[in-house]
Amino acid sequence: MKKTILFGAVIAMISATAAFADMQQVRMGTEGAYPPYNFINDNGEIDGFEREVGDRICELAELECTWVKNDWDSIIPNLVSGNYDTIVAGMSITDERDQVIDFSQEYFPPDPSAFVGLKGASDDAINGVVAAQTATIQASYVASSDATVVEFATPDETVAAVRSGEADAVLADAGYLETIVAESNGELIFVGERVAIGGGIGIGVRESDSDLQAKLNAAIDTMKADGTLNALIEKWFEGREGPY
Amino acid sequence: MEFCAEPAALEGAKWWLCYLSTPKHQEFYFSFLTVLALIFLVAPITLLLGFGGALARRSSFLPLKWFGQIYTSMVRGVPDIVFFMFVPIAMDQGLEYVRHRILCPEMTGPVYQGNDFVVCTVAKLPLSISPQWVHETYGFFLAVIAFSIVFGAFAANTLDGALNAVPHNQLETGRAYGMTNRQVFRRIQLPQMWGYALPGLSNLWMILVKATPLLFLLSVEDVVYWARELGSSKSSIFDYPHPDWRIWYFAALLVFYLLLTWFSEKAFTRFRNWFSRGQNSHTGQIVLEAG
Repeated sequence: MKKTILFGAVIAMISATAAFADMQQVRMGTEGAYPPYNFINDNGEIDGFEREVGDRICELAELECTWVKNDWDSIIPNLVSGNYDTIVAGMSITDERDQVIDFSQEYFPPDPSAFVGLKGASDDAINGVVAAQTATIQASYVASSDATVVEFATPDETVAAVRSGEADAVLADAGYLETIVAESNGELIFVGERVAIGGGIGIGVRESDSDLQAKLNAAIDTMKADGTLNALIEKWFEGREGPY
Repeated sequence: MEFCAEPAALEGAKWWLCYLSTPKHQEFYFSFLTVLALIFLVAPITLLLGFGGALARRSSFLPLKWFGQIYTSMVRGVPDIVFFMFVPIAMDQGLEYVRHRILCPEMTGPVYQGNDFVVCTVAKLPLSISPQWVHETYGFFLAVIAFSIVFGAFAANTLDGALNAVPHNQLETGRAYGMTNRQVFRRIQLPQMWGYALPGLSNLWMILVKATPLLFLLSVEDVVYWARELGSSKSSIFDYPHPDWRIWYFAALLVFYLLLTWFSEKAFTRFRNWFSRGQNSHTGQIVLEAG
């Protein structure tokens, strides 16, 4: 009996595949902890700049997309082992990552990284203990500078470390820190100079998936040409102008 | 609730009511059930695997004995984190590989292409088109299997020790009465074994209860994941902005785990009394005197 049920389920799954065959299924992996790029809103749904960009890309490329949450640490391993098909998680295009996965063209321009410290912190803070998220371009930047790096699994914990005094400063994408500093009632301030590290942000795909990569590139081209991408950047990042 | 439509205008008790009932919080509450479901599913499977492992180790059939010994010593020796990373991924890829070979015989290319593990669309587990809850349930069951295998190895060792601890002369007496080995095992060794196994098993249970945050390694969103996510500071991009509240969420987890420990202790005291009845042991005497 059990076998029949299992067999039936397999048949149902296969025929369901056939029914959807005309629309390619794509699972979009994201972190869901990096507002305004991507975050989990109060309805428990994935929301943010990248959600809107991703949904529009899927529409243009005629893909049937589902969003999947995965923590940042294992986001690349789970892509290459096939748990989802894309990474849309504010991931800068770097040579190091490019050796493991491929990227679409950028959908967000290179964004300088900024240091944030507590009120009254001097510019020297950036040479002290600096918090950064694990496996980010910022973490490797701090590690190769004179400062001491402390790594955290989520972006929020890096800022919390500064608030609690565990770290002198945090280094992260300016786009992420701007809202946090603006809403901290003066508790947090930008320190030091901004640094340009990493390229723009692109969608990560498996190296064997060049078909999908081409489709994504074409859709991003369209969005750049018709101004919708600029509009989304201006909507989610206050005071920024669309660069495309 | 209707008055929750405009969170920014809410104050006091209403704000709290709305905040604590957001769909995101409901997922947090649901994750408590996930954790409970996990431990109550894993416990009986662990016991079965442990029992099988213990019997295998004691078997006179050599390959089975070796299997039992390799299982208990190898699994206990590998760090949990490595195991929880490896088993579900290996199991998932193994199943997908088999399905790939059966369902897509026309694709003869390698499955590993550089860093990529690529199987045909219909061989995916679960299929890409399956709704998200299927993916989550699948991950949950991989977690159940991984947990059971690990804790089963520990349970096997405990049960093996407990079986050895039953006084030998009692077994001899059974045989002298003309019982077969099987009858001796069922009537004398097995019923008395539990009293010896219980302290070890209760330790295992408590470790299992505390090990559930490892679920997040397997992409199952457990209570610790949600506590951290909900407690982290929220800017005005969210409907209910607040500063870093993780300490309160973790305090709630503390209460949850303490309650779970308290109930477990109660249950284990009962078990102990039950298995000690009629035993010539300290607890057995106390139970006897209490009538």
